[in-house]
Amino acid sequence: MSASTTTLDSPPPVVESGGRDVRPLLSRLQPGLLIAWLVVAVVLLWTVLPGWFTQYSGTAGMAREKLLPPGGVHLLGTDELGRDLLARIIHGSAQSVTGAFVAVAVGLLLGTLLGLLAGSLGGRVDAVLMRGVDVLLSIPGLLLSLSIIIILGFGTVNAAIAVGVGSVAGFARLSRSEVMRVRRSDYVEAAFGSGGTFSKVLWRHVLPNSAGPVLALAALQFGTAIMAISTLGFLGYGAPPPTPEWGLLIAEGRKYIATSWWLTTFPGAVVVVVVLAANRISRSIRKGSS
Amino acid sequence: MSIIAPPLPTLGGIGAATATPVLELENLSVSYRDHRHHYSRAVHDVSLSIGAGEVLALVGESGSGKSTTAQAVIGLLAGNGRVDGGAIRLQGTDIAGWSQKRLESVRGSRIGLIPQDPTSSLNPVKTIGAQVGEALRLHGRFSRKERLEHIFELLARVGLSQPALRARQYPHELSGGMRQRALIAAAIALRPQLIIADEATSALDVTVQKRILDLIDELRREEGTAVLFVTHDLGVAADRSDRLVVLQGGRIQEAGRTSEVLANPRSSYTRALLADAPSLALAANGPWRSPVQSATVHPAGAAPAEAGIVVRDLVQEFRTGPRNAPVFKALDSVSFDVPAGTTHALVGESGSGKTTTVRALVGFHKATSGSISIAGTDVGSLAGEELRQFRRTVQLVHQNPFTSLDPRQSIRQIIEEPLLNFGTSDRAGRAARIEGLLERVRLPHAVLARSPRELSGGQRQRVAIARALALDPKVLVLDEAVSALDVTVQAQILALLEELQRELALTYVFISHDLAVVAQIADTVSVMSAGRVVESGTVKDVFLSPRHEYTRELIAAIPGQRGAVGVPKAERPPATHATARISPAIPTTAKAGRR
Amino acid sequence: MPSYLAGRIGQALLVLWAAFTLSFILLQALPGDALLIKYQNPDMGLSPEQIAEIRASYGADQSLVLQYLHTLGNFLTGNLGYSVSASVPVLDQLATNLPATARLAGLGFAAAVLLAVGIAVLANLARFAWLRTAIASLPSLFISVPVFWLGIVLIQVFSFRLKLIPVINPPEWQGLILPVLTLAIPISAPLAQVLLRSMDDVLTQPFISVARARGASLPWILWHHVARNALLPTLTIAGILFGELIGGAVVTETVFGRSGLGQLTQQAVDNQDASVLQAIVVLAAAVFVVVNLIIDLIYPLVDPRLKKSLGANA
Repeated sequence: MSASTTTLDSPPPVVESGGRDVRPLLSRLQPGLLIAWLVVAVVLLWTVLPGWFTQYSGTAGMAREKLLPPGGVHLLGTDELGRDLLARIIHGSAQSVTGAFVAVAVGLLLGTLLGLLAGSLGGRVDAVLMRGVDVLLSIPGLLLSLSIIIILGFGTVNAAIAVGVGSVAGFARLSRSEVMRVRRSDYVEAAFGSGGTFSKVLWRHVLPNSAGPVLALAALQFGTAIMAISTLGFLGYGAPPPTPEWGLLIAEGRKYIATSWWLTTFPGAVVVVVVLAANRISRSIRKGSS
Repeated sequence: MSIIAPPLPTLGGIGAATATPVLELENLSVSYRDHRHHYSRAVHDVSLSIGAGEVLALVGESGSGKSTTAQAVIGLLAGNGRVDGGAIRLQGTDIAGWSQKRLESVRGSRIGLIPQDPTSSLNPVKTIGAQVGEALRLHGRFSRKERLEHIFELLARVGLSQPALRARQYPHELSGGMRQRALIAAAIALRPQLIIADEATSALDVTVQKRILDLIDELRREEGTAVLFVTHDLGVAADRSDRLVVLQGGRIQEAGRTSEVLANPRSSYTRALLADAPSLALAANGPWRSPVQSATVHPAGAAPAEAGIVVRDLVQEFRTGPRNAPVFKALDSVSFDVPAGTTHALVGESGSGKTTTVRALVGFHKATSGSISIAGTDVGSLAGEELRQFRRTVQLVHQNPFTSLDPRQSIRQIIEEPLLNFGTSDRAGRAARIEGLLERVRLPHAVLARSPRELSGGQRQRVAIARALALDPKVLVLDEAVSALDVTVQAQILALLEELQRELALTYVFISHDLAVVAQIADTVSVMSAGRVVESGTVKDVFLSPRHEYTRELIAAIPGQRGAVGVPKAERPPATHATARISPAIPTTAKAGRR
Repeated sequence: MPSYLAGRIGQALLVLWAAFTLSFILLQALPGDALLIKYQNPDMGLSPEQIAEIRASYGADQSLVLQYLHTLGNFLTGNLGYSVSASVPVLDQLATNLPATARLAGLGFAAAVLLAVGIAVLANLARFAWLRTAIASLPSLFISVPVFWLGIVLIQVFSFRLKLIPVINPPEWQGLILPVLTLAIPISAPLAQVLLRSMDDVLTQPFISVARARGASLPWILWHHVARNALLPTLTIAGILFGELIGGAVVTETVFGRSGLGQLTQQAVDNQDASVLQAIVVLAAAVFVVVNLIIDLIYPLVDPRLKKSLGANA
């Protein structure tokens, strides 16, 4: 049976001499994407060099300055122990960012490995692995994370691992379908046809061409992980107090919700901005790879 | 057809040239906006007019602006397109500036569209009846019962048997030809004065194409409809149009009566197009290859020449369902020989088994039974490293150069890959080899650093050929390798292939659905149908004295035979004669409904 | 068709069994022993012998394989175990807490669908390009908001600032508004994104321009041609989102202090009460599997092409 032997309906458009895009990289960046990268860069710097951004400690406060509204010396105000909120957010980035990295690493490594194996070996291996992924998918992510936290105990790294395991199914499905898509392409057939071995074709064609969407998912997952880790922190399963963790900050600020709105609003807003930035970057990776 | 809305009073007499033209374009210009918000013009000052009962063919290659022109007429340009100026007169009324809302009243009722690809042009989740009757619903004035009657009548009118059943069916339950008939029924539902056929038969097999073209012809003749026929196929245009407009780069190159343009093309572009169109050349006298080449041909079954290809009793079965389901025979004892240094063509329509044969030939798929011997090697017995080494002997060139090149590689990497796979030489040696290959396929040095997407279709196919040649193969299998290309580019690639064969003593297996191209390039041919070889022999013998009924039908369906260049002939016969032969697919029930 | 149905149900049961096994391995076979936590507490003053006796009464002294078979048998007969921390059968706990959560999740999902469809339709019908872009970018904002924070912000704005909804003991329906919104907004985002993308995909199909060439207007196109075609990918994502919905309901209940499965879950994790959490996990997996089974069976009704492949499989 051949379904593809008819002519292409109208020949694809002909690009004449093919002008190369010589515009400098910066002018090709859309402003939104630029801001997204800036946000990520700033948060990474917070993690590495919190001292550059704030003079205050993330854990010690001054009792005289408790529950001050934003403005003046304390840009975002202070909490019930007189700790500077901005300082707590900046110092707290270490928890969220390392947690997100751990979570993405777990999901990316395990998930992509499973997907690659299933997609490139096919047959029974594929069937068994993908049924396993179905099982992972059938348990709600939060409940799966909680089950893992029960075993591993509380703490940011454990929460991060739990979140990472929850994303394995997504990575596995995507990388499998990408591998299958690339494997069916004419250029992979052509590569085998010109004498390529399985490993060479995998390395030269399948991996580079299926990596884009997987990387895009990794960027997306970075944001999702920050959100999920802060959720676990909020529920009290992340770092114990007085560690400044974004979710925990919100949980603690919640007690003063009637009087001190800033304690919940700012940490949450930071989470939203970081997640938005990660999503924007993910979108640009996905576009670039298609 | 009496129940269909009565003809509008403005409709002129059939073929009357003096009345107001049904469609008149005057200096129509269209531009498209690019992502940097610059407008670039795609259609420049196009003027033309079509009278009632007349067929005007708008011919051009990709990017010529022919489809843009047609889309502008119905006001359905892509979102980034706009009409810059000029008039679009529908029976004297300029509709160029009309709002979408006003245009909606004209579309479907006074202008009908027969689209390109029957598969994607029907909504997969709606019944045929609902889609045929959509125009009736949109333009109101019918009760549900009346509408249903109309739909049945229309379906019968376009030659579909069992209209009541067809109306209930979904598009995927119909064949390509039947779908296109349904789309025609939808287009003529309200008896529009103008039908735009936009590459209406390009996606169909040649025998189906002929029947559909006959149907359009017949409807035009009986209803006096004006037809704007947009096509890239000069052969089809030559056969079916009264007048011809040749577009290139959005400008009219030539316009006039079809017979005059064909006999006496004024612009050099039209001359090049005519010369490159294989179907017209075939009709002109047959471009049979010189006897020197054909002399080496052995009839099938004779002792094969050494190092050639011998295929014997190839059978390929596919399971259609679970264990005990009947098997589907994609190939049924296919045999042919290809002497070394010659070109053998496999010809057939979709589903004939061409592609399955190719995959077995190059060792991508093992046939159920039968044998393939290439240059003395039994292909079927190869596996693993042996099979990999065998790739040096046989190379495949894919149909679509847009998917057969890895978009992430540079052209240099693409051509270098086979050399790396077999580690034949060092870096300098490879560089020299790549340069040599580039020269062979006539590509400039500058393309090496580019990526495939920066190249045109023809250039990409040259790259694919260079990659195939990198290993010095003895046999090239060309799977519809020129089908996706414009005729002028196609002619260049065919010339390149002939040259390469002469210089490198290559053996070609050329797979094509296009008999005209086959006649031009092949020495011998096997005609395939439903998994069998129904006829084979030298190209000249098969084409000039076909023995099998199917071959005769295929050859008769090649477009361009009526308007061939250089064949002295009278003015194109009046419509009634030209379409006197009614498509065999139209059953008698259809005729009963006519006046 | 019947054999296809049977096969599909068998597959669903297999996934459910595997989910049970996985949760058993995670929660019961591995450490974190709720019995020890509760009874080893010095305040209780129990001797090791007494603890061993209690463990035996719970079946915790048996080998893992026996425990597994025992638990599986119990689950199959509707006995979901015994909550160690609360000293009541898990089934009773679920029965008390399920209705509230089911109501919240059901309303939340319905609101999410309304929101998503609203966004998709408005984004396609909006007259101005900037408005279309603005509406179409709402989902990517929604998807970036953590559920728990959204709940707090909504309480802050509607209860404390605008004083529209009382914080303490609001009337039943008023008390549901904010939790339902909190749950619906993040769930609506992926739904709207998929809907928008598949509508875009359908709108570029040739059959759309063919229908326009028959004189169809944009609203007609959206209703008669796009809706049904765009439904399929949306159904798929809706099925997958059911898992998110349950997780979201857990968090929402915690934020608003509503009783339900969410609070039960939190207590179970705090007390390392594995059998409660396992029952919740299996219940959630069962709901997920059933919902997705139903969606699978709906597919052929939406897309007639799938009917054919079903027939071929049967």
